[in-house]
Amino acid sequence: MMNLRRSPSIVFTIALCIVLSASPALAQGTIKIMYTDPLSGPFAQVGDQNLKQFKYILDYINGKGGALGKKFEIVAFDNKSQPSEALLALKSATDQNMPIIMQCSGSNIAAALIDGVDKHNERNPTNRIVYVNCGAVATELTNEKCSFWHYRMDAHVGMKAETMVRALPKDITRIYLLNQDYLFGQSVQHDVKAFLAKLRPDVKIVGDELIPLGKIKDFSPYVTKIKAAGAQALLTGNWGPDMTLLIKAGMDAGLDVRYYTMYAHLGGGATAIGPGGNGKVRSVMPFHENIAVETKKADTEEWTRSFRAAHNFDFYAAGFRTIFEFIQAAMNKAGSADPLKVAQALEGMTITDMLGYQVTMRKEDHQILSEYFVGVFTKGVKYDSEGTGLGWKTEVTVPAKELAQPTTCNMKRPTS
Amino acid sequence: MKARAVDRVLPASAGVGGVGIVRRQWLWLAAPLLAVLLPWLAYDWTTGRHSGFVVMMLSQIGMMIIFALSYNMQMGQAGLLSFGHAVFLGLGGYCTAHALNAIKARGLWIPVEILPLVGGVGGLLFAIVFGYVATKQRATAFAMITLGIGELVTAAALMFRTFFGGEGGISTNRMIGASLVGASYGSPLHVYYLVVAWTAVASALMLYLTRTPLGRMANACRDNFERAQFVGYDPRIVRFLQFSLSGFFAGIAGGLYALTYEIVTFDAVAAPLSANALLMTYIGGVAAFGGPILGAVLVVLLQSWVSLLSNSWLVYVGALFILMVTFAPGGIAGLLGMHQPLWRAGRLRRLIPSYVLLLLPALITVIGFVLTIELCSFLTIGSAQGKTFTIRGLTLDPNTARPWVVAGALLLLGGLWLWREAIRFRRVWERLMDDLALPGAKR
Amino acid sequence: MEVVLVSSLNGLVYGMLLFMLASGLTLIFSMMGVLNFAHASLYMLGAYFAYDVSRTIGFWPALVVAPVMCGLVGAVVEVYGLRRVHKNGHIAELLFTFGVAFIIDKAVQMIWGLLPVPYRVPSALDFTLFTVYGTNFHAYRAFMLLISAGMFVAIWLLLTRTRIGLVIQAALTHPEMVGALGHNVPRVFTIVFVGGAMLAGLAGVIGGNYLVTEPSMAFTMGPIVFVVVVFGGLGSLAGCFVASLIMGLVQTFAVVFDVSLATVLAGVGLAVTPATPFAEFLTIPLPRIGALLPYLMLVLILLFKPRGLMGTRDT
Repeated sequence: MMNLRRSPSIVFTIALCIVLSASPALAQGTIKIMYTDPLSGPFAQVGDQNLKQFKYILDYINGKGGALGKKFEIVAFDNKSQPSEALLALKSATDQNMPIIMQCSGSNIAAALIDGVDKHNERNPTNRIVYVNCGAVATELTNEKCSFWHYRMDAHVGMKAETMVRALPKDITRIYLLNQDYLFGQSVQHDVKAFLAKLRPDVKIVGDELIPLGKIKDFSPYVTKIKAAGAQALLTGNWGPDMTLLIKAGMDAGLDVRYYTMYAHLGGGATAIGPGGNGKVRSVMPFHENIAVETKKADTEEWTRSFRAAHNFDFYAAGFRTIFEFIQAAMNKAGSADPLKVAQALEGMTITDMLGYQVTMRKEDHQILSEYFVGVFTKGVKYDSEGTGLGWKTEVTVPAKELAQPTTCNMKRPTS
Repeated sequence: MKARAVDRVLPASAGVGGVGIVRRQWLWLAAPLLAVLLPWLAYDWTTGRHSGFVVMMLSQIGMMIIFALSYNMQMGQAGLLSFGHAVFLGLGGYCTAHALNAIKARGLWIPVEILPLVGGVGGLLFAIVFGYVATKQRATAFAMITLGIGELVTAAALMFRTFFGGEGGISTNRMIGASLVGASYGSPLHVYYLVVAWTAVASALMLYLTRTPLGRMANACRDNFERAQFVGYDPRIVRFLQFSLSGFFAGIAGGLYALTYEIVTFDAVAAPLSANALLMTYIGGVAAFGGPILGAVLVVLLQSWVSLLSNSWLVYVGALFILMVTFAPGGIAGLLGMHQPLWRAGRLRRLIPSYVLLLLPALITVIGFVLTIELCSFLTIGSAQGKTFTIRGLTLDPNTARPWVVAGALLLLGGLWLWREAIRFRRVWERLMDDLALPGAKR
Repeated sequence: MEVVLVSSLNGLVYGMLLFMLASGLTLIFSMMGVLNFAHASLYMLGAYFAYDVSRTIGFWPALVVAPVMCGLVGAVVEVYGLRRVHKNGHIAELLFTFGVAFIIDKAVQMIWGLLPVPYRVPSALDFTLFTVYGTNFHAYRAFMLLISAGMFVAIWLLLTRTRIGLVIQAALTHPEMVGALGHNVPRVFTIVFVGGAMLAGLAGVIGGNYLVTEPSMAFTMGPIVFVVVVFGGLGSLAGCFVASLIMGLVQTFAVVFDVSLATVLAGVGLAVTPATPFAEFLTIPLPRIGALLPYLMLVLILLFKPRGLMGTRDT
C-alpha cells in the first residue's frame, strides 16, 4: 500500500508555503486592531453587524486624527464561536505585533482570551497585547478572573441586573424570573435576586425558572405558569430565539406583563417582536438612537442618522465609539502604541462620551462605568427600529456612579 | 500471493508483508522528523520567533489526527457511525485540566509529558460507561444513541459548574515545572513537539491495534455481521471494546487539547466537533489507515486558514463534500489508492501528461467558481463591512457587470473544457488499467 | 384540572408542529435510509419563500407556492445529486445532504441577509379564538393544528388509497422486492424526496411566522426532528405522529411539574443538602431538563426497541 504518511507532509509543506506568501504585509502607517467574533455559521450576524458599525465609527475617529498621527485599522478574524479559534486569532495578532485584540460575543471565548492573553504576556514580555472586551458580560471576568491586560467596555451582568431592578416602577410587586440555564443566565438569576433583596424588598418573586439554552421552541407552557403565578413583570436575561419566542408566546396568549430584557434592542429583536409589542417590552441598553434626540445632542443625532440612511439595521452599537475614543485618548496620552504604556494610560481614564456623559475606566478592575438606560419599545419616537414603526424611548436613566459595584479583583500589575 | 489476497480483503491493514514493512520503516521515521522541522518554515527571521499562528495550527492538526484516527477505529474499522465522538475528547480534556490544577495545588511531581494519558484514561472510563449503553445496538440505532448522548453531555456541560466550569470552562496552566525532558512548556513550540510525539505514539498504537485479533474481528463485524458471529466472538463485545479503546485515544487528543489551549469549555464536547470528526475521517478516506490523517490536515487547513480569506468558506466545504461523496467516496486515500496498481507496475509516469492537461481547466473552473461565490457574498454581506474586493491589488466592483461576466465565463468555459479533458483522462486511465490486466504485465 | 387542560392544548400544538417537520423526514428516511441533514434547511427555505410570496402576492397563495418551490429544490437535489450518490452508501448520502445544508444555509444568508425577516402571521388569523382559564388561545395555533391534521390525513389517504401510495408503502419496507416486481423504484424515490421537501416547505410556511424566520432556524430546529423520527420508528408514519405528540406533551408537562430527584428522595425520608455528593445533580427540577427529555427518551427506547416505537424495519 502506498505510504500515506508521507503525503500529509507534502500537503503540509505546500500549504504552508501558500500561507506564508499570503500573510498580510505589515502596513506601515496604520494601527491595527484584531477583532474576533463569529463571522460565519449560525451566529454570523453578530460579527458582521459589528464590523459594519466599526467601519463607520473608525471613519469618524480617523477623521479626527486617529492616534499618534496614524489611522486605525480593524483586522477581522472569524472565530466561528469556538474558543480554540479565538486563541488562534490571538496568535495571529501577536505574530503581527498588533497592540490590541477586541472581542464582543461569548463569555466562554472571553474567558479563554483573558487567560490566553495573560499567559502570553507573561511568557513573551517583548510581544504583549491588550484585550478589549466589547460585550462579554459575565461578572467574574472583572472579579475572580480579572486581569491587568483585560478591559471591559460594557456593563457586566451585575450592573445590568441592578439597572433592571432600579427601573421597576413602584407599583410592580410581583415578578417572574426566567433565564437560560448556563453561567450567564444563572448569573442574571442570582444577581437580580440579590439586587431585589437590597433595593426592592417589597417585591415578591412569584416564579424562578431556568431553561436549557436554545432548545425550547414552544414557550406557551411557561406563559401558562407565569399567568397562573399572577406576575406583573417578567425579568429575563435571555437572548436570541429564547427571548423572541418567549415574548411572542406571551403576546399571543394575551399575557398582561411588562417584559424586562437585556438584549431586545440588538439586531433582529425589533423585527421579531413586531408592532404588537407596543409599550410592553423594555430593554437594558447602553445606547439607542433616540437618546441623542432626548438629550438634544444634534451632532451625535446627525452622525447616527447618517448610518441609518446607509444600512438597513439600527446603529445599536454606536456606543462602541466610546471604546475607540478611549483607545485613541490612551494612545495619545501614552505617546506610543506599546501595550504596557497604553494599558497604564487607559486605566483610571475618564472621557466625555458623545451623549455628554462622563465615562470612567475604573482602575481596580478595568471595568467601564457609564450611564445605562432602560428603554421601552413604543410608538411615537423619532427613529424607529428595523422599519417596524416602533422604536426605543428612554424610560429610566441610571447614572454611572449608582452602578459602581464593589469588586473582588486583585490583579497583578506588571512593572515593566 | 498470500499478502495480495489479504490486502484485497482487509484494506485497513495498510500493507502486510515482510518486504513492505522493511521498505517503509524509514518513511515512518521520516514523517515525524518532518513534522518537527515544519515550524521552521514559518520562522520570522526579522523578529527571531516562530509564527505563533502556524505553530498553534500545527498543534491543532496533530490533535485532530489522533481524533480522526480514533474516530476511524469506529467508523472505518468497525462500521460504527457515531455522532457524539467529541464527548470523549472533551471529557478527556476536562479530566486533564482538573488533573493539572490538582497537581499544581498539591505540588506533586508529575511530568507534563504523561498528562495526556490522564485524558486518555478519562476518555476510556467514560467510553466504557457510555459504550455499554450505545453498543447494545448497531447501525442507525447506535448512531442515534450517540447523538442523544452527545446532546445530553453538551447540555450537562453548560448546566453543571463543579466539573465543567459552566460557560467559562476550566482553565489551567501547563507550566507546572515538572518535565521528563526539562522543558518549561512556556513556548508553544515545546507543546507542539509534545503533540508530535504523542501523535506518533498514538498513531503507532492504533495501527498496531488494527493488526490484533480485536482489530480483525471489528473488520469482520463491519463486513458481515451475521457471519462474524459464527467465528465465536460476540459482536457486541467486539463493538464495545473497539468503542472503549477509541474513546481512550480520543481522550488523549483531549489531553493535548487541554495542554495546548490551557482552557477547556463545553465546545470541546459539542456537536460541531463531532461533526468535524466525521468530515475529517470521511474526506480522508475510511478504508486506509492513513486516510483520516490526510482528512484531518485538509479540514483543519480549510477551517483555520481558508476561513481567514473568505467568509464563504462553508460553501467551499459544502461543495467539497458534495464532489467528494459523488465522485470519490473512498476519500483522498481512496483516490490515491486507485493509483496503486499503476505505481506498482511502474506505469504511473504515463498518467502524468493527462494530469497536466487536466490541471489548467480545473484551475480555471475553480477560480470561476470561487469568484462567483465571492462576488455574491460581497454584494450582500461584504461590501458594507468596509472591505473593497481586491485580489493582489486589483480592485473589482461587484456592482458592475464586468466581474460577473468574467466569473461566469471562467466557470462555464472552464467547466466545459474540464468535462472534455475528464473524458479524455478516463480513456487514458481505462487503457492503462486494461494493459495491466494483460498477461505478462509486471504486477 | 385547568393546568392539565391548558398544558394538553399547548403540548398538542407543539407536537403537531413537530409532526409537520418530521413527517417529510420520516418518509425520506424510511424510504431511502437517508438521514437528510438538509431537511431543516428546506424548512427554512419554505419560511423564506413564504415571506417573499406573502409580501408580493399574499399569505394564502404562499401556502401553495412556497412548498412547490421547495419541492423543486428537492427535485434538483435528488435527481442531479442524491441519485448518483446512492450507490456509494448511506454515509455518503448523509454527507451529501450535509454539504447541501451548508450551501443552502449560506445561500439564505446571502440572499436575505443575516437578520431575521419580518414574516408575520396574516392579519386574517391574528386574533384570539377562545380563552381557557384566562389564557388566550390564538387563532393561528388552531390554524396550525388544522393544517397539521390535514397533512396527516392527506398523507395517510395518499399512501393507502392511491396506487402510487401503495407502491411507496411497499418500497418503505421492502425496496428491493418492489424493484424486482418491475416498478420504477428510482422514480418512486424521487417522488418521495420531493414530497418530503414539500412537506418541509409547508412546515416552514406555517412555522416561520409563528416562530422567528432567521438564518439560524435550521441549525436550532435540526436535532429534535431527528429524535422524533427515530423515536417514532422507520417505516411508520403513524409512529412519527405518535412520537411527535408524545414529545410535545412530555416537554410541555415537564415544565409544569416542579419536582426533582431531591423531592422524590425527600418523599422517602432522605434529605439532600448542598453537602451531599452530586447535590447539584439531584436538585435539578424537571422544568430545567424538560427540553432534554426527548434525547433521554430516544436513548432509552433505542436500547430496548432498536427499531423505534412503531418501526417496521431497520435501514
